[in-house]
Amino acid sequence: MTAPVRVPVDLGHRPGGADALVRIENVAKTYTARRGAGAVTALEDIDLTVPRGRVLGVIGRSGAGKSTLIRLVNGLERPSRGRVIVDGAEISRLSESALRRERRGIGMIFQHFNLLSARTAAGNVALPLEVAGADKGAIRTRVAELLDLVGLGPQADRYPAELSGGQKQRVGIARALATNPKVLLSDEATSALDPETTRSILDLLGRINRDLGLTILLITHEMAVIRAIAHEVAVLDGGRIAESGDVFEVFTRPKAAITRTFLDEETGRALPPALAARLTPGPATAGEGKQAVLRITFRGPHATDPVLAQLTRDVGIPAGILSGTVDEIAGRPFGTLVVGIPPEPETVRRASDFLAARGLDVELLGTLDLAGWQRSAAPTDLIHVA
Amino acid sequence: MSPELVRLLVQATLDTLQMVAVAASLGTLIGLPLGVFLATSGRGELLAAPWLNRVLGLVVNATRSTPFIILVVAIIPFTRLIAGTSIGTTAATVPLTVAATPFIARLVEGAIREVDGGLVEAARAFGASPLQIVLKVLIPEALPGIVLGLTLAVVSLIGFSAMVGAVGGGGLGDLGIRYGYQRFMPEMMLAVVVVLIVLVQLVQTLGDRLARRMNKRLRHG
Repeated sequence: MTAPVRVPVDLGHRPGGADALVRIENVAKTYTARRGAGAVTALEDIDLTVPRGRVLGVIGRSGAGKSTLIRLVNGLERPSRGRVIVDGAEISRLSESALRRERRGIGMIFQHFNLLSARTAAGNVALPLEVAGADKGAIRTRVAELLDLVGLGPQADRYPAELSGGQKQRVGIARALATNPKVLLSDEATSALDPETTRSILDLLGRINRDLGLTILLITHEMAVIRAIAHEVAVLDGGRIAESGDVFEVFTRPKAAITRTFLDEETGRALPPALAARLTPGPATAGEGKQAVLRITFRGPHATDPVLAQLTRDVGIPAGILSGTVDEIAGRPFGTLVVGIPPEPETVRRASDFLAARGLDVELLGTLDLAGWQRSAAPTDLIHVA
Repeated sequence: MSPELVRLLVQATLDTLQMVAVAASLGTLIGLPLGVFLATSGRGELLAAPWLNRVLGLVVNATRSTPFIILVVAIIPFTRLIAGTSIGTTAATVPLTVAATPFIARLVEGAIREVDGGLVEAARAFGASPLQIVLKVLIPEALPGIVLGLTLAVVSLIGFSAMVGAVGGGGLGDLGIRYGYQRFMPEMMLAVVVVLIVLVQLVQTLGDRLARRMNKRLRHG
């Protein structure tokens, strides 16, 4: 247990070259109710791999089966069907005692930290090492090293009750790393934290992934978490994987409806509620006070192009911004604009063609009926692109 | 009170302390592991042994539901077997221990069940064995609750020990009945009651303090 913090290994950024550290193959999990009542299916047809050195994020609503999924990886849950393999060991078939040894190679952090209240920060980090039978001197060195790694050196002798939420999670992370695991499981690790603390914890996890080459499998219900540190994403819905792949690809070209609903929670991708209430989905229909609503998705290098100005100047179509955002996903620029244009089918077609020709994804959301809205408040007048 | 009566009072207090101390110690020795087992051996739990759990639960309940004074009489043969006699301070320790053990077991069980299940899950996740989880997670985390439970048990034992006086057990209760009641000496009765109150006060204060110092869940622990 004296092993130092691991030297950066090959992070597996080679395209397609990274081998799978965690493999979940054709897994199903069913819970049988104690008496009478039928079985509950938590997971169905799950195939998922986490390449060595990468961060895979699983996103889903509560009840989608995320918690069950992550617990299959360290054997806290056993699948009803299928196999779970971590670094060559078939977790789903190991005996309890073999599983205990294997678990030392799989760290886990939790939403509510799960720290022992009767032990100090250092005592909590030491626990997995004590359990593994490390000698006292080695434990002391390793614990100090780990607390420094997570930036908690000065708080070593504090009890959890004397630490903030973010500090508690740092202790949790140090504890999870104590036995030098190959993979870190993160169970909603930032869900109990405020946005600023969330960012600092995600930064820490990202740094651990990069510097130590640690593979991370995380589950969350927050887009922001996936966007901040995941390389790959799987969207879980009703116990099945709705879609999965490279984070940038999945989030900029979502295929499943559930993925879109997650994206729509991001500010700027959907219409504000007041406008959404006045939107009729479907093909554009002309009329007094009506606008066709387009969603334009900018990917990569086009994210900051002045396309609306071009649309007005070169094609002569005025476009008003209803909502919008420019940000990055997995380090690549990505933007969304929701705009209103005159609703005549011909205009809509010309605008779509023009934008598509510039490599942008265009989606017609429907027709916005602004008749009756106070004229001065109409968004096209507030932000008019001349 | 005459010096002779004071000497009797001191002796009776010492007897009571001895009975309570021995019964509490033995009761904890058996009751603590029993309580831990009861809390962790249910279906699907850490040391799952549902059958044994149910049987032990029944035995514990049976002992707990028998009124103490009846228990004392009922187990006289057992008391003779252990202590060689059924009369006196040593003999009275036997029924006291028999009554204290299941009581302590239930209190310990309750304290263990209060421990957040997330801690057990975390310990399993880093590879702890069931025994390690019990020793390094459950008992340390439940310790403040266990100490409060033991305090309650000791206080109850002080009360019970006064009852064994009725069957020749010695101690403060015996003194109160023989001198205070039968010889009609109200000052002796009063003295016995005062000593009992002081004892209970002391035990409770000590237990509360110890539990508070152990509880690190409070910011100013």
